[in-house]
Amino acid sequence: MDRLKIADKEFSSRLFVGTGKFSSSKIMAAAIAASGCEIVTVALRRVNIEDKNDDMLAAIDRKKYLLLPNTSGARDADEAVRLSRLARAATGISWIKLEVTPDPNYLLPDGIETLKAARILVKEGFVVLPYINADPILAKRLEDAGAATVMPLASPIGSNQGLQTRAALEIIIEQANVPVVVDAGLGLPSHAADAMEMGADAVLVNTAIATADDPVQIAAAFKLAVEAGRLAYNSGPASAGKKANASSPLTGFLRDEK
Amino acid sequence: MPCEKDNGQFKKILGEKRLDGSGGQWREAISRVSGGDVEKTLSEQAGHYNIERILALISPAAEEYLEEMAQQAHRLTVQRFGRTIRLYAPLYVSSYCENSCLYCGFSRNNQFERRRLTIDEAAAEADIIASEGFTDLLLVSSEDRKFITVDYLCELARRLRGKFSTISAEIYPLSADEYRRLFEAGIEGVTLYQETYDRNVYSRFHPAGPKSDYDSRLDAPNRFAGAGMRQVGIGALLGLNDFRLETLALAEHGHYLMKRYWQSQLSFSFPRLRPANNVSSIQFEHILSGRNLVQMITALRLCFADAGLVLSTREGAKIRDNAVKLGITKMSAGSKTSPGGYSGNIANTGQFEIDDKRTPIQIAEMLKSEGFEPVWKDWERALSKV
Repeated sequence: MDRLKIADKEFSSRLFVGTGKFSSSKIMAAAIAASGCEIVTVALRRVNIEDKNDDMLAAIDRKKYLLLPNTSGARDADEAVRLSRLARAATGISWIKLEVTPDPNYLLPDGIETLKAARILVKEGFVVLPYINADPILAKRLEDAGAATVMPLASPIGSNQGLQTRAALEIIIEQANVPVVVDAGLGLPSHAADAMEMGADAVLVNTAIATADDPVQIAAAFKLAVEAGRLAYNSGPASAGKKANASSPLTGFLRDEK
Repeated sequence: MPCEKDNGQFKKILGEKRLDGSGGQWREAISRVSGGDVEKTLSEQAGHYNIERILALISPAAEEYLEEMAQQAHRLTVQRFGRTIRLYAPLYVSSYCENSCLYCGFSRNNQFERRRLTIDEAAAEADIIASEGFTDLLLVSSEDRKFITVDYLCELARRLRGKFSTISAEIYPLSADEYRRLFEAGIEGVTLYQETYDRNVYSRFHPAGPKSDYDSRLDAPNRFAGAGMRQVGIGALLGLNDFRLETLALAEHGHYLMKRYWQSQLSFSFPRLRPANNVSSIQFEHILSGRNLVQMITALRLCFADAGLVLSTREGAKIRDNAVKLGITKMSAGSKTSPGGYSGNIANTGQFEIDDKRTPIQIAEMLKSEGFEPVWKDWERALSKV
């Protein structure tokens, strides 16, 4: 499979995994391993980022996985920027998954504040991976601002509804010059495969893995689905053209023409 | 963000819908709910609110469907919150009180040795709480306005905020400006129970002191949510009135707050009347059974997918161990409800009796054995403006 390049790093897995909602750090670690992912995102609010013995952080092998801190909980650009600075100061990691979600229920991203924060963070040398609604113009704006990827949502986070934003995602993918990581709402491996077949560069999955009865097994399923979807995309699949139509009601008369 | 202009609005809504005890039609409507109505409600997508849904789910008819409600509530909670339970600890700072609530051990009419913690004493208590692993602290005080002032709370919050990722308060109602001052000092959540939404019942149980003002209390969540509080908690003291009627009013209140203060996270608490120092339980005719409590928890979950649902140590181990699979998302552990209770041997003069006396570590172990991750930290102080 072709490699995924984000900023100056390359990855052979195109699956990102989130660390929320697991029943224990042990199961989380096993699911991450089974997913074959190389990028693991962690909510700064959930960990003691300065503490190497933090239960969740200790379960993530930093030699194997790129730890991608996220700004979950930030309600505006200021909060997200402050949190990003804290993460970098504590860990030396300058990659940040930028989440600005002022509504605590659907956790939908605030495009205005996200763009504002991205501009500041890019200037400060961060590699910024912003979580956004599936808004093609905002995706271009963020790209112009220097974001390393865009991460549009497939459906509201945690909803497991799959690709509800398909039409907008297709436009984002078509127009993007940075990797498009479909984030949020993928509930099944088939949703992930669908996103990859569509041409997404990667997907991020959390709830669908963490809240399954067997998180480890479904993580393996997501791994296979992402790989299958990417291979299919790269293979230039046959088009699912419309059924051959025997009769040609409007042009049938031409058949007799010599 | 809506603010003062909204004051009084909810009072109006509650009055117009006659959910403040002024009409008997809700009692009738609840009793008319049929099994078919409940089945229809349970066949809809869970997690959204309208008054018909809560009416069906809180009805006597729905008791037959309690297992199905529990299953749906569990699935929805796992989807939205994961297999996790957040843990917090209360810190009681005073047991002096100007009120005479009939159910409360801190009532001004009770004779016992009261205590107020100085800032240093409160900080010492907080150190013990922090050493147990908590990063989520709840400051609790009786209505002791002369001593537990806004200045006191701000000073305490400023002193403690480096040690806790989040601090909230459960205190008597303040003005909008006072809530703003708390927020600026680092108190980012407020919980206030209306106790009962029924005006007549309210007057009966709150005969004297500032708390006898129903309307000021009803409006207080507007003031603290408007002050920017991230966590907005409400509840009714279960046992004062018919819990089914209270649940209707509480759900309306929650829905109202969620729509107006869309950046705050709403939570519901389920304080069930407990035996308290010098309080006889004879005067309470609406005591809830475990079954009633479970119905209320699951009914609210099925109407509010993302609301925090909080269950304190007032409840015993049996209910608490099972409630984690019914929609509860947050629990206290190892609580002491007397000022100074963590550091000293204090006689039983708490606000109410604690039923679940297990230590925080024992609670964490229980959660793990039930397949849940105990979450000690779910906030980052760097998010705060202070």
